[in-house]
Amino acid sequence: MNVYTPVLVLAAIGAGFALFSIISGAIAGPSRYNRALLDAYECGIDPTERKAAGKIPIKYFLTAMLFIIFDIEIVFLYPWAVAFDQLGLFGLVEMIVFILTVFVAYMYVWRRGGLEWD
Amino acid sequence: MSVPFGLDPGWLILLKSLVIFVFLVLVTLFTIWLERRIVARMQMRIGPNRVGPFGLVQGLADGVKLALKQDIIPALADRSVFILAPIISATTCFIAFAVIPLGPTVSIFGTWTNLQLTDFPVAVLFVLAIASIGIYGIVLAGWSSGSTYPLLGALRSSAQMISYEIAMGLSLVAVFLYAGSMSTSEIVSAQQNVWYVVLLLPSFVIYATSMVGETNRAPFDLPEAEGELVGGFHTEYSSLKFALFFLAEYINMVTVSALATTLFLGGWRAPAPISTIWEGANSGWWPLVWFVAKLFAFIFVFIWLRGTLPRLRYDQFMKFGWKVLIPVSLVWIVIVATARALRQSANVDSSSLLVVVGVILTILVVLSFVLDAMISRRMPSEIEPEPEFDAFAGGFPVPPLPGQKLPTPAASAQTISSTEGDSRG
Repeated sequence: MNVYTPVLVLAAIGAGFALFSIISGAIAGPSRYNRALLDAYECGIDPTERKAAGKIPIKYFLTAMLFIIFDIEIVFLYPWAVAFDQLGLFGLVEMIVFILTVFVAYMYVWRRGGLEWD
Repeated sequence: MSVPFGLDPGWLILLKSLVIFVFLVLVTLFTIWLERRIVARMQMRIGPNRVGPFGLVQGLADGVKLALKQDIIPALADRSVFILAPIISATTCFIAFAVIPLGPTVSIFGTWTNLQLTDFPVAVLFVLAIASIGIYGIVLAGWSSGSTYPLLGALRSSAQMISYEIAMGLSLVAVFLYAGSMSTSEIVSAQQNVWYVVLLLPSFVIYATSMVGETNRAPFDLPEAEGELVGGFHTEYSSLKFALFFLAEYINMVTVSALATTLFLGGWRAPAPISTIWEGANSGWWPLVWFVAKLFAFIFVFIWLRGTLPRLRYDQFMKFGWKVLIPVSLVWIVIVATARALRQSANVDSSSLLVVVGVILTILVVLSFVLDAMISRRMPSEIEPEPEFDAFAGGFPVPPLPGQKLPTPAASAQTISSTEGDSRG
């Protein structure tokens, strides 16, 4: 059997359990409805109108962008770390140069206040 | 005797998968009970002790109670995504455990097999990938609820998880460097002589810190800051949908603990004094005991943290992740790689290397102090004088913020008298 087959089996069991839970929860629970029950929960006051669901603070977008930069750095670091012993000094120097390059971008973001939350 | 992966017959795969599933659910129920009991003890209470012996079945009773509650879908919710989100969370949390090695090769009904569901050359990367997919469950749950607090909670949660995922990912590089592999079983066998927690202590510290941030546990449980966000991303969820998120959170906690055990604490290998005295400690079914013991040591620390530390403020938390953990782990990677390359190519022995590293570190520490002193000496001139505090800014009385001073009554009395004097004169 393929080494990835067991993962699919475990995923199927997990998904089956989740589906079973959701369906049984919907069946076993009571179903009484009124307007207040279906309103968004805001501690008892009338919920605010939900205008433009797509609007989020720009800080989160910036964080996501920074995450992508570093995640790509990690993607390069992993195979390098695994093959480190074969690459020798050449690999080390190359990777230090790469880390320094990303570090410059990191320092730029830091100095421009991209890492500040207020 | 070792058996390659991917050769198990179908019935064995099914059996192992079911055992892992049951193990995770049972560990979750036990952990919930353990957490409530330990936190209660730390707060000088008793905790749940009524349902079953020592209250052990409390978690199950809570689950049944949740199942009997009404399953509410808010009117403004995006129905299909709202239902899909807990399924994503609950499914992904199980999958990551597939590559965790629980023990060496054993015989099950006459078939020799590894006590591990499967393993492949990118196993640890797979765990990280699955953890990232788990974030979708949280984001979609918050987005689809059609409510303000869940949306904010989901954004916070995802920003927190991706920030700490970087620190977590960087802390693992040193392990791969030493093990020369990303497969979990090979990493465990590479730790035969010495555990990586000894060799790579800074990596372990960074991993241990970021795994608390990654699982949204106290003191980093900001997505659930009740005072600010009600319940976080699952505010609108009820009944068993809520239970699935709860289950996913605890299973994630178990998974990161299991990964920490595998990567840093020698996996299923017996701790040092036992393995030297007793030959059979690392064979057969015994390793399961060591693995579960190490797993619960981590879980106890999670509970201990929750019982001890107050919640961080969000800006402090993000600052810690981005400005401390990431640069420290990058510097540590460079140090480890340089040390390893030098030892291999130049045949420098490790003691002289340690001396050099120590000297460099000392210089860095001294430099940081000198720079700090220089910056703090420059600071006072840069600070602009605070505008005088106006206690009635905006038309209503406000207390002074840190750094602001109330105008002294004497001074104000003087100004009043002086203006009076002016008007008189």
